[in-house]
Amino acid sequence: MGWIFDGSRPIYVQLLEQIRLRIVCGVYRPGEKLPSVRELAQEAAVNPNTMQKALAELERTGLIYAQRTSGRFVTENEKQIRSSRLEIALEKVEAFITAMQELGYTREEISALIRQDEEACQAILSGEAKDENQNKQAEEGEV
Amino acid sequence: MTPILECRDLSKSYGKGSRPALNHVNLKLQRGRIIGLLGPNGSGKTTLIKLANGLLSTNEGELLVDGSPVGIASRKIVSYLPERTYLNMGMTVQEIIVFFKDFYEDFQEERAYEMLSNLQIDPSAKLKTLSKGTKEKVQLILVMSRNAGLYILDEPIGGVDPAARDYILNTIITNYNENATVLISTHLIADVESILDEVVFLRYGEVVLHAPVDAIREENGKSVDALFREVFKC
Repeated sequence: MGWIFDGSRPIYVQLLEQIRLRIVCGVYRPGEKLPSVRELAQEAAVNPNTMQKALAELERTGLIYAQRTSGRFVTENEKQIRSSRLEIALEKVEAFITAMQELGYTREEISALIRQDEEACQAILSGEAKDENQNKQAEEGEV
Repeated sequence: MTPILECRDLSKSYGKGSRPALNHVNLKLQRGRIIGLLGPNGSGKTTLIKLANGLLSTNEGELLVDGSPVGIASRKIVSYLPERTYLNMGMTVQEIIVFFKDFYEDFQEERAYEMLSNLQIDPSAKLKTLSKGTKEKVQLILVMSRNAGLYILDEPIGGVDPAARDYILNTIITNYNENATVLISTHLIADVESILDEVVFLRYGEVVLHAPVDAIREENGKSVDALFREVFKC
């Protein structure tokens, strides 16, 4: 899993998301010790202070915890990890639905498309075809 | 805490009647940061760097390194990578290392040899036999092998290939410690952006922006690189 950053958002937020994703996917297992700030910063090629900030934020959510002298660990609370996983999934679904709505599909049509329901897909197609016919008729009417 | 570098109403002009290279600059750089010094050509970056190293003298105002004016004490804590090389091309890398060890108390010989071997540079090679990029790497290794309080790097990655660039940036991150500040002047913003804490934008000798990278991204919804292109659009 590589580290990739986009230009539009703070780097620490993107680090936080990517570490959370690694925890949810089991790259970092429950109870496992995380690499040090310095190691993580080097791996992600980011400023150590920025990595520190991302980890501090993750600590606040409880997904990781710090032990005074021995470093940071992933939570052993698997329910919390599952709930983070669900949260990410819901965010992704929401983003997908928004993108589909921008394409002009209704929620019903979107769910038909996900089910790959052929009849529904045909209906969507013919619906568009009907619109084209109407446009044609309108043009002919004008002539 | 005393800033590692402070400019108080600092001005510099290269001649009477000429446009000032630095115009009443006020700036405080704290310890433990990696800072980008950014600006178009002729904005005053190199002038500021030369002043901090005592290679130029100020016209007006003050420049303090760790609370004291530039002088013998400041040279002990500033490790400077100039834009152009000042090394004797007839010397071998090994000889230069001996030279640096004599000259700087804080020079870490082992660190230098480790980096040379990581970059597969032969210590017995004469400088003039090395490629332009390799010469630049050698100079950066020398500069980063000191235990300095302030590293000033003038265009450290301009002449090297992308893989060496990654190694150099990695070297900067690895050598990072909370008492030292690294000031990097560069045009290659996108390459260094993720390793910077904060940036200073210079324009016509004035500081137009001094802010943390993530604050800039948060406020503008764009990268420092994109903001730079917008602010300094020709």
